[in-house]
Amino acid sequence: MKDLHLAKNMLNEPERIPTRFGYGDGLVELGKTNPSVVVLGADLSSSLCVDRFRDAFPDRFIQTGIAEQDMMSFAAGLSLAGKIPYVSTYGVFCTGRAWDQLRTTVAYARLNVKVGAGHGGVSVGADGATHQALEDISITRTIPNVTVIVPADYNETVKATIHSALIRGPVVIRFGREKVPVVTTKETPFTVGRAEIFHEGEDVSLIACGQMVYESMVAAEILAKKGVSARVINCHTVKPMDRETILAAARETGAIVTAEEHQVMGGFGSAIAEVVCQSCPVPIRMIGIQDTFGQSGDPEELMKAYGLTGQDIAKTALDAIAMKKG
Amino acid sequence: MEEARLLRLKTMSNLIRKDIVKMVLDAGSGHPGGSLSVADIVSVLFFDVMTHDPSNPCWEGRDRFILSKGHACPAVYAALAEGGYFPREELDTLRKFGSRLQGHPDMCKLPGLEASTGSLGQGLSIASGLALAMKIDGKSNRVYCLMGDGELDEGQIWEAAMTASHFGLDNLCGIVDRNGLQIDGRTDDIKTLEPLADKWRAFGWNVIEIDGHNVTEISGAMNRFRHTHFRPTVLIAHTIKGKGVSFMENQAGWHGKAPSKEQAEAALMELSQEVV
Repeated sequence: MKDLHLAKNMLNEPERIPTRFGYGDGLVELGKTNPSVVVLGADLSSSLCVDRFRDAFPDRFIQTGIAEQDMMSFAAGLSLAGKIPYVSTYGVFCTGRAWDQLRTTVAYARLNVKVGAGHGGVSVGADGATHQALEDISITRTIPNVTVIVPADYNETVKATIHSALIRGPVVIRFGREKVPVVTTKETPFTVGRAEIFHEGEDVSLIACGQMVYESMVAAEILAKKGVSARVINCHTVKPMDRETILAAARETGAIVTAEEHQVMGGFGSAIAEVVCQSCPVPIRMIGIQDTFGQSGDPEELMKAYGLTGQDIAKTALDAIAMKKG
Repeated sequence: MEEARLLRLKTMSNLIRKDIVKMVLDAGSGHPGGSLSVADIVSVLFFDVMTHDPSNPCWEGRDRFILSKGHACPAVYAALAEGGYFPREELDTLRKFGSRLQGHPDMCKLPGLEASTGSLGQGLSIASGLALAMKIDGKSNRVYCLMGDGELDEGQIWEAAMTASHFGLDNLCGIVDRNGLQIDGRTDDIKTLEPLADKWRAFGWNVIEIDGHNVTEISGAMNRFRHTHFRPTVLIAHTIKGKGVSFMENQAGWHGKAPSKEQAEAALMELSQEVV
């Protein structure tokens, strides 16, 4: 197996950095090399960390005020003149409130607009359900021409942000608010549309995106202690899906658990199931939000309350294995 | 306006109107009312005001036209065909399977279209983004955006109105097709728009009210727009829905309905007798 240069000690003493920092830092890196990049904010500049870009390139930061629909269509106009605009606000607003603008103006014409969708998942914490994006993956991945990326950690969010500028067409990058464990390093390979096996295993595959990749690594260790060999796949690109890696996992391990900090209905788990059930059907269990809204609380207690921990994944993996046919 | 130029523009408006009637008849569906009401505006934009080159639709030096009221695309398709962007014969394919002339504009299919529109309320934001990009790049291109009056019910229009004036986009010209009717009836019965000019002024725009069927007035207002600085301009163009076809005029029912063969013949007869 090739060396993926994963973070050392990630399970014992992980470094913790919010993924939104990766979006902000990735934009600053992009700004240095790509003069066409402009960043749009809707009165949440520091929360989305785009103040870092604003301070570095004030002439290329565009404040549209609290008007997300206008911001999305405005970005479409900028892209029509050759700019590469990054629409930056919370996922509930830029993918929900401005969904029609994303669908009909941006995606239909395959305009080169990028969407930084922050505050994904219940780990947003105290702000509660109104600000926790739990449907954004579902509602963006069903739009034709849209690439959807859910990076695993800070380093991967930096890379996803930089790589998104190389894709001609709309890209949604989803990230979170709170500090989350860093599982990759600068050297870890990252290619849009390519899932990476972070841990080898034969009994079950744990396929995850976002911070659930870390939780799946935790689950793999728990399972190893029980003598169960779990494969962990970081599937950061939800669309286009890396079918080859996913189908190989189905074929070689015979059972799958998907893990996302998002509604399982129509979301990441559904996307995996769409691929697996049509080409290599095996039992699939889905970890994620089960058709309910979030609520206020500490990120950690919310992750526990909604069954999103490594412990939950490990337990569900055993169920999935039990479902395998004779 | 000198006589020859006036005659040329009025002839073009008349051609566009005839094309609209024929296209919607062939298609068996479409939006004749709001297309006929903008024919003179579209004629002046494409054949008098805008800098553009039909043989080079992606030329960087061109002015941009965004049809925010995408359902009026028959008028724009006709202008593009008459201008030479694509063969006139293709107008017969409107709304048909495989056609480049989609029911609402698809910029990826047809040269000359600057955006894919149809979901109302978005065009002014698109136009504003384009206009700001031109400013950032120090370009002198201008951006024109044609909106319906019913479309002004959409909140996003007013978000964009604030944004455009905030950025002082004096290279942006909005045009409101103030025909007073929308699908369900009179615009002011459905949601009060008046005092419309005051609304735009309050949002920081230079407002010019014109007769939207008088090509001299339209062209003159566009000229005033070009000489206005530090703020965007909006033309409130008072028009008649269905203009030029007497039985369609001022009838909300002709918003989205194709004429029968007999009705189309009567309409074309009337248009061919139009005193130019």
